[in-house]
Amino acid sequence: MSETGFFTDTTLCIGCKACEVACKQWNELPSDGFAFTGESYDNTSQLSGTTWRHVAFVEQVAVDPAAASPIVEKWLMMSDVCKHCTNAGCHEACPTGAIVKNEFGNVFVQPDVCNGCGYCVVSCPFGVIDLVDPIDADRKYAVANLNEARRDNNQTAIQNNGGVAGKCTLCYDRQKIGETPACAKACPTESIQFGDLLELRERANARVETLIARGIDAQLYGAEDIGGGIGPLNAFFLLTDRPEVYNLPVAPVLPSTRQPAGYAAAAGTALALAVAGWAIFRSR
Amino acid sequence: MPGLGTSFGRGGATSYVQDLQNADCILIEGSNFAEAHPVAFRFVMKAKERGATIVHVDPRFTRTSALADLYIALRSGSDIAFLGGIVNWVLQNERYFREYVLAYTNAAYLVRDDFRDTEDLAGLFSGFDENAKVYDRETWDFERAADGSVARDETLAHPRCVINVLRKHFSRYTPEMVERICGVSQAQFGQLCETLARNSGRERTTAFAYAVGWTQHTVGVQYIRTASILQLLLGNIGRPGGGIMALRGHANIQGATDIATLYDLLPGYLGMPSTTRDEQTLAAYLRSNAKSGWWQHLPAYVVSLLKAFYGEAATAENDYCFDYLPQCTGDHSTLPTQIAMKDGVVKGYFVIGQNPAASGQNGAMINAGLERLDWMVNVDAYETETASFWKREGADPATIATECFFIPAATILEKDGTMVNTNRLLQWHDRAIEPIGQSVTDAWFLYTLGKRLKELYAGSSDPKDRPLLDMTWEYGDGDPSALRILQEINGFDTRTGEQLRSFTDLRDDGSTAAGAWIYTGVCPDADTNNARARNGDEDAALGWGWAWPANRRMLYNRASAAPDGTPWSERKRYVWWDEAANRWSGADVADVVPGAKPGHDDQAFLMQTDGLGALFAPGRELVDGPFPTHYEPSASVVENALYPQQSNPTMRGWRRSDNRSPAAVDAQYPHVLTTYRITEMSGIMTRYIPWLAELQPAAFCEIDPQLAVEQGIASGDTVTVSTALGELECKALVSGRMRPLRIGGKRVHTVGVPYNYGALGFARGDSAGELIPLVMDPNVSIHESKSLTCAIRLGPRSPR
Repeated sequence: MSETGFFTDTTLCIGCKACEVACKQWNELPSDGFAFTGESYDNTSQLSGTTWRHVAFVEQVAVDPAAASPIVEKWLMMSDVCKHCTNAGCHEACPTGAIVKNEFGNVFVQPDVCNGCGYCVVSCPFGVIDLVDPIDADRKYAVANLNEARRDNNQTAIQNNGGVAGKCTLCYDRQKIGETPACAKACPTESIQFGDLLELRERANARVETLIARGIDAQLYGAEDIGGGIGPLNAFFLLTDRPEVYNLPVAPVLPSTRQPAGYAAAAGTALALAVAGWAIFRSR
Repeated sequence: MPGLGTSFGRGGATSYVQDLQNADCILIEGSNFAEAHPVAFRFVMKAKERGATIVHVDPRFTRTSALADLYIALRSGSDIAFLGGIVNWVLQNERYFREYVLAYTNAAYLVRDDFRDTEDLAGLFSGFDENAKVYDRETWDFERAADGSVARDETLAHPRCVINVLRKHFSRYTPEMVERICGVSQAQFGQLCETLARNSGRERTTAFAYAVGWTQHTVGVQYIRTASILQLLLGNIGRPGGGIMALRGHANIQGATDIATLYDLLPGYLGMPSTTRDEQTLAAYLRSNAKSGWWQHLPAYVVSLLKAFYGEAATAENDYCFDYLPQCTGDHSTLPTQIAMKDGVVKGYFVIGQNPAASGQNGAMINAGLERLDWMVNVDAYETETASFWKREGADPATIATECFFIPAATILEKDGTMVNTNRLLQWHDRAIEPIGQSVTDAWFLYTLGKRLKELYAGSSDPKDRPLLDMTWEYGDGDPSALRILQEINGFDTRTGEQLRSFTDLRDDGSTAAGAWIYTGVCPDADTNNARARNGDEDAALGWGWAWPANRRMLYNRASAAPDGTPWSERKRYVWWDEAANRWSGADVADVVPGAKPGHDDQAFLMQTDGLGALFAPGRELVDGPFPTHYEPSASVVENALYPQQSNPTMRGWRRSDNRSPAAVDAQYPHVLTTYRITEMSGIMTRYIPWLAELQPAAFCEIDPQLAVEQGIASGDTVTVSTALGELECKALVSGRMRPLRIGGKRVHTVGVPYNYGALGFARGDSAGELIPLVMDPNVSIHESKSLTCAIRLGPRSPR
């Protein structure tokens, strides 16, 4: 079976957050609380164990020293999501085998296997995966309508009442019955496109050409090998500014690629200590 | 929507949202399209992808602005000056579509010689009664011959030609004046004018889209009129990718207006009889409402409606029970009724799917009014601020005598029925699940209430009880059948019971019944419900749902062809005369009377008395002027730069201690205040949903960085916004998306307050309604909530 993924085209995003809501509704995720951030229209702030789509709002101020007040001339919006890396840090770090690559080539956390150790959290180069706090009574209202049948499916992060790692499943359960993931289905402007990975990449390349012809500085993020040992991303993005503007890492690195260097350094240190020890004891 | 009705003949959006993708330019003004109508906005995005220029004109840089090619910041409340400036530019530079204007508008008509314009009378039209604050509209008319025919000058040279009177009317609305009033630079203004003109004409079309940003003003109807005049001059009405999209804010608000939730309308836009006019018998009513054009069929529509209401009891001998209809005795619209409730005149109150305590204006007065009621019945899916007014902040339940009933209502998923959207499109939906718990459908509630009342009055011989007893009220047992209701609205032959296929089948002899003539055709036979149709396509999609009138998607589409019936251009062909087939062809149902041919009975605006688009609106239509005029809002930060007359001379308000209003220009309230809704929130429905509440979790206001610094406010701080009426506490959101404007040498800040919050739910906060005094437009009694004045300070408000 060919791999599937998301192509998120930020030039079509209108910042409506339908993706966030559709994701939470389908996956029966609780809200992350009701704190007002005062930061543009972003009050969920980041991806979390229970927020699997997050719309970033970037207000870009015009450089005009004559202006009485700073003027926002561009307001970028981007729906962020788990990148579903070819070589995923979380996948490599998982000691229980809870995180797997499924038949669609997507990175999937099996909540019934996960023991909540959190190794995956520090191993994600994009800061995506997170532990889901135990879901206490206060947050229960959000899952009051949880369908009993789906509770047994072992496919939602909250079936264990939290205490496990959570992130986008690329709607594994929907894909298995031939449905489009909830976020892509809900997106009114086709900013989020789901489909066969190779076809999405082709579409994305054509889109970049179209936009460049219109004078828009479009670039893809993660459609090809992103470097750092991660490989291409199954969820990739079309951006009109540098990745860091959208809070995406410019040069993400897979932690395990640092292991040879780390082991070599450790071996070198051990050897140096041995030599020093030998020298000290020999001199006596 | 009399702005559109006066101009074109029907009070609805002239086109359908899908058609926006055919536009070469879309001007969005008075609407935050992307945020308030995100799904419909996909067609704006499609147009953009096809190369259209998207322009957003708004006091705030919103998500719509972010997606637009050109954003223009203007001061809230100055749109007539802005649009009037464009009208002036188009006329001065001779950029109007001359053939279209000559053929399809009243540009060539001569205005009466005793008509006086605002240019002559310092901001007033002729006929103003200074004491009563109303116009005698006698002179707002055309020069008519003895036989009633109107004088025309096809050369458009006569100084009293409508187009020349219009020219003079807007002559001082120059780019300099636009800059001074609206805060829009002359360069940007020029760029916009050129863009609109370049994208209009034979080969290209421009669409306008607006929402309540244009209507909720003391001159709201005239905003729409200005846009209508402009679109007629540019030749964009009735053509693909053109038109004026009136974006309706709620899912079924078009249906609600069609089936007459407005106090002065009967279903299908028939006027409610009134004691203020000679309308006390059927004959007098028909005389009083007689109009030429398509409205000559009015008797058939009225008699059919009465037959639907009263069935067998309605006969020719008793005027089809016409005298059963209630009669208006004055203005019974929302705001006057709110005052009457506060004054103890209104004793009982049904509130169904509404939440005035949070979404109404002058919240303190609404709550005080609710306290004076004998009883109130709430039918809602949620406990609203209205339902729980007796336990609000500062209230003492022990002192409130109002008897309150709460009926839990089923949601849309729990009931059958239709939704009518902004396209005038009826779409059927089925009940997906049974209502949860004790909740009932609102139809069940009203149906059962009606049945119980009929039982209570059964056997009464009192004539005043006859309307209730004679009312037809048979829609099955238990939940009423939504389909049977729709079939009755569609209409049937009273002798055979057969469904009717078209409103042309309706008769004034009692042989037909129809609940709303405009819907005739949706259920054309016993087995067909066209609202269920789901055959979509990429064009007008005539097989998807059913649109009134006659499943026509674009109104006035006769104007998409030249007078000779040929398309204006290949690129913009839509409906045209097919000589070989001897009929109109094209993508849509032609908007002409049956039997029309080019040059014969083929008026483009067939509902109009003269069949023409109205640049000049003669007397009987609007009460505040045949042309739009820039007046400042009832409270403004500046004086009217164009006329000594500061604000709409005919606007209506209440100067009383419970409706404190500021002075016309009041130094205590130096900032412009505007209110709006945001994508993530609607009202009570969304505040209880955690997934939506977390996205915009608290009431907030948006201010620019300079104002924030001046007031010592940081983003996220608790602040108080105040008006002469009241205070609102909320969080500050400081952003360079808000821009101070230079208005007549003065720096003007705008404070934006979302109108989504209330005391209940997960996302809570003060309602913007606390800030808004009751002032209204004289035509449609709409409140003024888009352009007010306010002050802002750091810190919480005082307790209520």
